[in-house]
Amino acid sequence: MTDSKYFTTTKKGEIFELKAELNSDKKEKKKEAVKKVIASMTVGKDVSALFPDVVNCMQTDNLELKKLVYLYLMNYAKSQPDMAIMAVNTFVKDCEDLNPLIRALAVRTMGCIRVDKITEYLCEPLRKCLKDEDPYVRKTAAVCVAKLHDINAQLVEDQGFLDTLKDLISDSNPMVVANAVAALSEIAESHPNSNLLDLNPQTINKLLTALNECTEWGQIFILDCLANYTPRDDRESQSICERVTPRLSHANSAVVLSAVKVLMKFMEMLPKDLDYYGTLLKKLAPPLVTLLSAEPELQYVALRNINLIVQRRPEILKHEMKVFFVKYNDPIYVKLEKLDIMIRLASQANIAQVLAELKEYATEVDVDFVRKAVRAIGRCAIKVEQSAERCVSTLLDLIQTKVNYVVQEAIVVIKDIFRKYPNKYESVIATLCEHLESLDEPEARAAMIWIVGEYAERIDNADELLESFLEGFHDESTQVQLQLLTAIVKLFLKKPTETQELVQQVLSLATQDSDNPDLRDRGYIYWRLLSTDPVAAKEVVLAEKPLISEETDLIEPTLLEELICHIGTLASVYHKPPSAFVEGSRGVQHKRLAGSAGSGESVESPDTGSAAGVSEAPPAVIPSQGDLLGDLLNLDLTPPTATGPPPAAAPGMQLGAMDLLGGGLDSLLGGDIGGSPAMGAGFGAPPAAMPASFNAPVSGGLDDLFDLGGGVGMTMGSYTPPKTVWLPAMKAKGLEISGVFVRRSGVIQMEMTLSNKAMSVMSDFAIQFNRNSFGLAPAGPLQILTPLSPNQTIEAALPLSTVGPVMKMEPLNNLQVAVKNNIDVFYFSCQYPISMLFLEDGKMERQVFLATWKDIPNENESQFQIKDCHLNSDAASNKLQGSNIFTIAKRTVEGQDMLYQSMKLTNGIWVLAELRVQAGNPNYTISLKCRAPEVSQCVFQNYEAVLKN
Amino acid sequence: MIHSLFLINQAGDIFLEKHWKSVISRSVCDYFFEAKEKAVEPDNVPPVLQTPHHYLISIYRDKLFFLSVIQTEVPPLFVIEFLHRVADTIQDYFGECSESLIKDNVVTVYELLEEMLDNGFPLATESNVLKEMIRPPTILRSVVNTLTGGSNVGDKLPTGQLSSIPWRRAGVKYTNNEAYFDVIEAIDAIVDKSGTTVFAEIQGVIEACVRLTGMPDLTMTFMNPSLLDDVSFHPCVRFKRWESERALSFIPPDGNFTLMNYHVSSQNLVAIPVYVKQNISFFETGPCGRMDITIGPKQTMGKTVEAMMVTIHMPKAVLSANLTATQGNYTYDLANKVLVWDIGKLNPQKLPNLRGSLSLQSGAPKPEDNPSLNIDLKIQQVAISGLKVSRLDMHGEKYKPFKGVKYLTKAGNFQVRT
Repeated sequence: MTDSKYFTTTKKGEIFELKAELNSDKKEKKKEAVKKVIASMTVGKDVSALFPDVVNCMQTDNLELKKLVYLYLMNYAKSQPDMAIMAVNTFVKDCEDLNPLIRALAVRTMGCIRVDKITEYLCEPLRKCLKDEDPYVRKTAAVCVAKLHDINAQLVEDQGFLDTLKDLISDSNPMVVANAVAALSEIAESHPNSNLLDLNPQTINKLLTALNECTEWGQIFILDCLANYTPRDDRESQSICERVTPRLSHANSAVVLSAVKVLMKFMEMLPKDLDYYGTLLKKLAPPLVTLLSAEPELQYVALRNINLIVQRRPEILKHEMKVFFVKYNDPIYVKLEKLDIMIRLASQANIAQVLAELKEYATEVDVDFVRKAVRAIGRCAIKVEQSAERCVSTLLDLIQTKVNYVVQEAIVVIKDIFRKYPNKYESVIATLCEHLESLDEPEARAAMIWIVGEYAERIDNADELLESFLEGFHDESTQVQLQLLTAIVKLFLKKPTETQELVQQVLSLATQDSDNPDLRDRGYIYWRLLSTDPVAAKEVVLAEKPLISEETDLIEPTLLEELICHIGTLASVYHKPPSAFVEGSRGVQHKRLAGSAGSGESVESPDTGSAAGVSEAPPAVIPSQGDLLGDLLNLDLTPPTATGPPPAAAPGMQLGAMDLLGGGLDSLLGGDIGGSPAMGAGFGAPPAAMPASFNAPVSGGLDDLFDLGGGVGMTMGSYTPPKTVWLPAMKAKGLEISGVFVRRSGVIQMEMTLSNKAMSVMSDFAIQFNRNSFGLAPAGPLQILTPLSPNQTIEAALPLSTVGPVMKMEPLNNLQVAVKNNIDVFYFSCQYPISMLFLEDGKMERQVFLATWKDIPNENESQFQIKDCHLNSDAASNKLQGSNIFTIAKRTVEGQDMLYQSMKLTNGIWVLAELRVQAGNPNYTISLKCRAPEVSQCVFQNYEAVLKN
Repeated sequence: MIHSLFLINQAGDIFLEKHWKSVISRSVCDYFFEAKEKAVEPDNVPPVLQTPHHYLISIYRDKLFFLSVIQTEVPPLFVIEFLHRVADTIQDYFGECSESLIKDNVVTVYELLEEMLDNGFPLATESNVLKEMIRPPTILRSVVNTLTGGSNVGDKLPTGQLSSIPWRRAGVKYTNNEAYFDVIEAIDAIVDKSGTTVFAEIQGVIEACVRLTGMPDLTMTFMNPSLLDDVSFHPCVRFKRWESERALSFIPPDGNFTLMNYHVSSQNLVAIPVYVKQNISFFETGPCGRMDITIGPKQTMGKTVEAMMVTIHMPKAVLSANLTATQGNYTYDLANKVLVWDIGKLNPQKLPNLRGSLSLQSGAPKPEDNPSLNIDLKIQQVAISGLKVSRLDMHGEKYKPFKGVKYLTKAGNFQVRT
């Protein structure tokens, strides 16, 4: 007899028949009927029509029947809320039952019925069950609080269930403790500031005791909870570590990884010279290795986490290279991860082994894996210098296999090797050139073109090679087009005599026939460079390139720190901070490793929590320049609602803009250019537009400057720097923007002067920022409602908010802006004074200041000299106060005034300063301490700017 | 926490769904099907998938996908471990984890799932506890139940649920008291072309079958515990005793369980029981290749190697194989390009050899990838690491149990490159 009989249907119609059976008098028949209903439910059939009939079966002594009805109720109550009320009485009665199993079952099921009306009735039974004498009922009730919170959070708070739940952390039964912790953790996720899991040494002790006795799942919850605790000192940290280490031998891999997380985090607090520290490091390796012999899915998650661990502490696994060797029947997702870790662990000691393995992998079947293996060989060459030669010869061997994708990958990595070790391996270029035809992937084509351009002087037929690429220029991808443009310009600078035609051809292809603004812009830049100053062009284009770094794909340190605190979570699998992707976790708290920074985050008031998190851990790795450009280009530039006159003048403007770059290549090419008709037509005669714009008055901007200085600036007492030109007219087809950032009564403004120095009317202005370090973003659209006629100047103030997307910039106060008008989109970057971000409430309590100063580790302190400043300490203090830099205390020691100052950034970061002023000495010394030491440089510059003006 | 579970067969049909919170439409699985399509082989489907509103975490076991849907930040290992536990439980209850068996017992499975998880939190995952609450189906019981109207669901609180030893039920009684332990070691190794061991390690496990009355307290000691430096234990093992005395002290669960896993790493010398002399080559011209494989014993600790089997994944271009084996049979599966040579016992006097020619698809280029050999073997009565149990003692109960320890070495992932 099997359950498959429940799936057989008859002609009469299933529902009809089931209805009859459910209402049968015979118990056995009823039960069979309910089973049939459940069976249909499990395969996704809709049997909600039977609701009243099934609920009628609920009043029964038969536990199995009762459970089955409960199963049904949980699934369908939501769709039939009024009917579900019918069940309430039975639940309430069952909660009083003598059998604890029934009490627990009732409270558990009631919590799963996600109907508001039922929850009202749930409160009383739940309150009783939370204090039930039987721990089985208590532990079920603890989970029920989490369920109820999910349905009606307010109700749970009003009824005081959260406090009862907190009390359960001290329960005598470890299972109850574990469930209470699990429930609280889940609730806390939606309440980031609730301080629900208020961890203190007493609760930690209770958790550690429960840890030894509860189930494996409970251990995971407790360990994850422990990881949020910040020990008071290294002794406490060590004692927790000691009590957690036995978990590393647990059979459940999730327990092991959660234990690893706790240890990795608390280890930061241990002094490195401690014996125990070394012991702990040694203890971490075996469990991690063991995880790799588990099922492939577990391996995958383990590998993603190991990837983080080796970046943070490579010493743990440095001798375990072999366990990462790929087996041919590993699933592809495991293979790729293993490869990644192999490269991270590669060192001079093991490089021979690694290379032999990689070479083996390069002949496997799976294309993705082979590609990655080839790329890995290149990375080894770059990472371990001693192996470079062997790597190159391995790559050449692989090229000889002539397998298309292997050759292409090899060429891409050889390009990087060339960059890392210039003038060393160029002898292989000839071999590479043989394979030119077989390259069909953009990345490989671009790499090859780069090589040809870079070593044009050594390749006899470089011009022919590049010319062959030029034929299908418009069908190439942007990457290849850009590379080709650059390569030909390089070639031209190296061999100007033979390649004039080629360079003209590519420049006109790039600037005239292409729709791609990047390509056009680069084309224009080269064109202008070549036409104005060929010597400078040579210096720019053929400049020495910065060396590429040894490690690639490293995770940015602050992100890595945060991820280490999230070992074992989804965040660690995706290598992204939780805030970046977990839905429903509103305002996740950012975690930092204790030892290095942020151990006393509690000093900050919780209301800045969400903002504070943002810059402490920029959510993305700093992308390369290319990505930045991409970001800017992707910005959505919506024009303001007011529609200006149609850009009738646009074509003319376009022409004018080209003339900007005009001037011809005459100087470089002699008279030749005139003879080339194509060039003459496009770029020959300069119309009068440009000279006019050069003469355009700049006084508008200057007047403003004085206005500012005399008016608002003084009353506020804050220093406002003069406006600077951000976007010269030359660069923006006649639009000049100068501006300044100011902070006025708590509002950050970007005050701009826009001047039209072109011949045509400008309208439809819009502005957009790239992601930046402090999340600056326009708080509203750019208010320029009237079109800007030629030679007109207009003032615009743009209020800014600090809640935009965040990305760490270099320098920190760099802001990339895109401005659009009816003509084009222009990009510029500017730097804002960091004082703009200083909040008015940045005055710290004296006690807090003292404690915080001590708390911030010394390596976060930086010292600067401010020279030639002739203010006395009081004047300086007053002046600084205008910029929201508050003096908390002043001390005079041996004729030296020490000012203790604090300021608070919009994202909640505090900066503490000690300013030493010696009478008669114009040089001040300033020491800055901050948990985010990156900002110190900016703050210092700001001090200097304020004090000297 | 775990929100929903879908069971999906290889063809991509969802044949069971269970929701622990609100119902999530099965259309969420479309993202999974997309990934499955892309991965081609079911083994290669990534275990963690991101969709706009959910995360899908899946395992692939016994030709079935166990796919869980989660919405909040949950440790993925926790989910994967739990899914494996679900598969284990189904196997434990019905003897095997297959679509037809699950369909046959769908209500029991559903009841089990409900018992295992509450609101996404694991509730009871120990086989002993579950079996007290939901009895596994037996023919006898279903007959009795139909006659008496009894049920499969226990109405008492499982004793193990709350005691400090949740894995063991109380009141266990046997007429024959016995405790058997199997020490099983699997050799994972990669041997390169020239016969050098690139990497080798031993995955060991001690499987136990304990049927003892009452609350026995067992202690197992080893002759050479120093071999075990990387271990993971069943929760019943007292870690403190292990740390201080290197002895396994535990109150065992009732029935079958895994007492301990251990791992002898490549740092220690791992004995490789056989050597393989092989030569597989394809000619530059002409659609054929040659193959010659000989296997001989190496470090077998004086025991016979049994159940030898060689599996070779051939390059796609290989159409057929014309070989002669001096011992055993070979088959070539054309569809999957897998050559299996079943050798049986390894005779040190007369080494088994397989040689002959391979024919390739005409016109196909010489294959680029080298086939890799997978070795299967068994050696009875020995643990290749040398691990030996010295004593097993019982306290707490008065009777004398039967005790037994068996050893077995087998090949795990034993791969020879060509």
